[in-house]
Amino acid sequence: MNGAVPRAVLIWLLAMLAGVVIVWNSRFAADMSFFLPAHPSAGQQVLVNQIKEGVVSRLLMIAIAGGDADQRATLSRNLRRLLESGESFASIQNGEAGSHDADREFLFKHRYLLSPAVTPARFTVDGLRSAIANSIDLLASPAGFVLKPLLTRDPTGELVELLGGLDAGSQPDMRGGVWASRDGERAMLLVQTGALGSDTDGQEAAIKAIRDAFAVSVEAAGFSGASIEISGPGVFAVNARALIKEEVTRLSLISSLTIICVLFFVYRSPRLLTLGLLPVVSGVLAGIVAVSLAYGTVFGITVGFGSALIGEAVDYSIYYFVQSGRTGFSGWRERFWPTVRLGVLTSVCGFGALMFSGFPGLAQLGLYSLSGVLAAAIVTRFVLPELAGGSTITRDLSPLGKTVAKGIRAAHALRWPVLLFAALAAVHLLVHRETLWHPDLSVLSTATAEESALDMRLRSDIAAPDARYMVVINAADRETALQGAEIAGEKLDRLVAAGAIASYDTPARFLPSAARQQARCASLPASDELRLRLQTAQTGSPLAAERLEGFIDDVAANKTQCAIGRDSLAGTGLALLVDTLMQPHSGGVSILMPLHPAAGQPLAIAAVRDALAGTDALAIDLKAELDQLYRDYLREAILLSLGGLLAIVLLLAATLRSPGRLLAVMLPLVLSVLLVIAGLSLLGERLHLLHLVGMLLIVAVGSNYALFFDRANDQHRLDEETLASMLIANLTTAIGFGTLALSKVPVLHALGVTVGPGAIMALLLTAVFVRHETAR
Amino acid sequence: MIRKLFVGSFLALLTLSAFGAFDLGQLMGDLARNQGGRAKFVEKKYISFLDRPVVSTGEMTYSPPDRLEKRTVTPKPEILLLDRDMLSIEREKQRLSINLASQPEALAFIDSIRGTLAGNRAALERNYLLHLAGSFDNWTLTMLPSDQKIAALVQRIVVTGSRNQVRRIEYLQADGDRSVLSIEPLEGK
Repeated sequence: MNGAVPRAVLIWLLAMLAGVVIVWNSRFAADMSFFLPAHPSAGQQVLVNQIKEGVVSRLLMIAIAGGDADQRATLSRNLRRLLESGESFASIQNGEAGSHDADREFLFKHRYLLSPAVTPARFTVDGLRSAIANSIDLLASPAGFVLKPLLTRDPTGELVELLGGLDAGSQPDMRGGVWASRDGERAMLLVQTGALGSDTDGQEAAIKAIRDAFAVSVEAAGFSGASIEISGPGVFAVNARALIKEEVTRLSLISSLTIICVLFFVYRSPRLLTLGLLPVVSGVLAGIVAVSLAYGTVFGITVGFGSALIGEAVDYSIYYFVQSGRTGFSGWRERFWPTVRLGVLTSVCGFGALMFSGFPGLAQLGLYSLSGVLAAAIVTRFVLPELAGGSTITRDLSPLGKTVAKGIRAAHALRWPVLLFAALAAVHLLVHRETLWHPDLSVLSTATAEESALDMRLRSDIAAPDARYMVVINAADRETALQGAEIAGEKLDRLVAAGAIASYDTPARFLPSAARQQARCASLPASDELRLRLQTAQTGSPLAAERLEGFIDDVAANKTQCAIGRDSLAGTGLALLVDTLMQPHSGGVSILMPLHPAAGQPLAIAAVRDALAGTDALAIDLKAELDQLYRDYLREAILLSLGGLLAIVLLLAATLRSPGRLLAVMLPLVLSVLLVIAGLSLLGERLHLLHLVGMLLIVAVGSNYALFFDRANDQHRLDEETLASMLIANLTTAIGFGTLALSKVPVLHALGVTVGPGAIMALLLTAVFVRHETAR
Repeated sequence: MIRKLFVGSFLALLTLSAFGAFDLGQLMGDLARNQGGRAKFVEKKYISFLDRPVVSTGEMTYSPPDRLEKRTVTPKPEILLLDRDMLSIEREKQRLSINLASQPEALAFIDSIRGTLAGNRAALERNYLLHLAGSFDNWTLTMLPSDQKIAALVQRIVVTGSRNQVRRIEYLQADGDRSVLSIEPLEGK
């Protein structure tokens, strides 16, 4: 005996030490990747990229309230200037005049390479005559005022053509020369962070920079009563992280303190209490180590689930200390350990099933809990007895056990009412099966109703782009991608003309493919030839050809510079637009072409797909992808839950080797699930996939208690100590999971609210349905 | 204060002596009583680099006090609708809407037409110095922008009319180009 004892403890100590080192060096994250698919489809990959680094994930909307319109405009201008002097932002827009001058200048300068109207036909005598006549007609309209000052240099109206494609979407209102909300009471800004949407630290720094700059501009302007509101994906991410951080601490504290109180009440000994917590600490540490080693990153929500793990892992030491009192360690190992071990294995089946999920958060929770439970059980079995050195509980728990036994006898009368309630619950669930489940992923978001409402309000005030629909082009290099975007663009132009979509964005509008630039360049006639054609074309026109020398010069200038590249865009807002829509990655280049629905009608993505048939372009509805993602998760969760359940049933069948005993163990568990789910539905809780997972965990965790009753059946007697230990272990588990029900994080809340009551229900119903002679 | 009073009474005296019973207040009152209706219009824009003016024709419908529809037929069909502060232009397949409340200069410009048609003296005087000449049957109202920002768009607006009917609006733009809108009321509403 002596040789083995120190070795187990030594191994444990070394493992703990290694664990601490690993945890110390672990990366913790609280970003959206918890929810993003581990093995995305092509459409989902676009969604994932958008959420992690897409342009929309980097947008922050700002509203300034208080004071009058001019004061708000001053603050808006100051804020923009301050933010522009820093490095944190890729762009700051507030609608100020002049902010688009560089863009217009670029478009005007290179208009003959950029305008899709530039073809050889455009520069024939007839083409010139008709284009110029068209421009003159436009002067009759109020819309012509943009054109007039430039008409002699741009008589064919290419700039109008180009501007038509820009800013096609609705613009925010203006007050005092800057963007304002619909009601005019707030000044609005739209900023794009340099940091990626998935970089929560970067987003937090950007938000802080905005608030600081606002405070400075308020002070500089000497106003009081001005306030700022910020929303956007970055704000959600930062808030979610803060919430999870706060909850991890709060929930773990509540759960541990409550459980320590319970244990102290039972043990009445600081030494036993400390020893009893060793398997728990080991379990929590092992869980984090396993996740860290397997995934590289530990999600905050996973750590938050630790509060439940504490409640579950502490069970084993309770069993050991309470049950070994009469028989000592070797007796416990013979009489009780096989039952405890079987309970551990059923828990492992439940948690293990989750590890196969394509929902990374769920897979982590599974691995975390599985490792935690296993480690706690192993430490209880091999290390705890050695450290405890034979000391066990001194307090006599038999009065408690007797009370429990009495309760069980009384509970027996409840079997018919319970069956009746279970039947009612089944009927309720059957009747409400259509409305039972929440239909989309948003239910898992940590954003509060106020945060969502603020976001909606700012989004509508600023007419922020709705990036729901997009066409995606993947190609090996930039030139091929741009050519693909041009082909897709021509197809989309037909949809725009037919009114099926309002407009679309494409980087090819500002950075055409080299092939397209060459083709346009070749369409431009030499100066002498152009002069000659203009003479013929303008005979009889009010605009004499002699006035168009500026035009001839500009065409000649464009003809000498037939290749604009990304560098030519430097210093314009268009560079940003091109960069956000065209993303190089390891496999080549991706181009995004966001589609804008026509006003007042939904966008028919099927029509877009039809139009793009035969091209490599992919039309994607991100909302549909998100919904599909959730449906995939849900379907997978159903399969995994059934798989986990099947594994538990097979394990029990193989161990118990009796259909009757199997039924006696399983019936109370299935009824518990039924009653808890019906109860939650009656309380108005919309169920989602974590409730479903909770159902599996009720069976996995609840079976531990049912098994003690089964074992007792074997020997026709369940002693008071065992009964007391079951009650206490059940209580700690219920506390652990129940604490999660307090969480504002939907994932944790759903598990807590399902498994907490489920664990208690499992014990109660097992007692109700236990065979007569057992508790006598 | 005293100076203001003095200038005011001096101007009043001048107006009284020059036009007898016909003054700005009376014209505005008459215009305000205009029930609106349809009219043909011909608009000529004289632009420096064009040898001939650009001519457009069509129909206008005015429903007091703040709805004005201008349907251009030639050279290209276009519908311009001013409804309260919303200005929308429909041309070919394009449609453009502007909330004028967000564009103070454009609003001031539009107010020169709207204020005249509605006989809204306060709206006109907010942005223009007004000068009325002629008689009840043949009057000329000259408006000079009082605000620098509006002056950057338009130098002078001259409205001529007869009784409560506006007949001609001439804009002299800041760049020297000019546009003349002639209005011919149609019978019936």
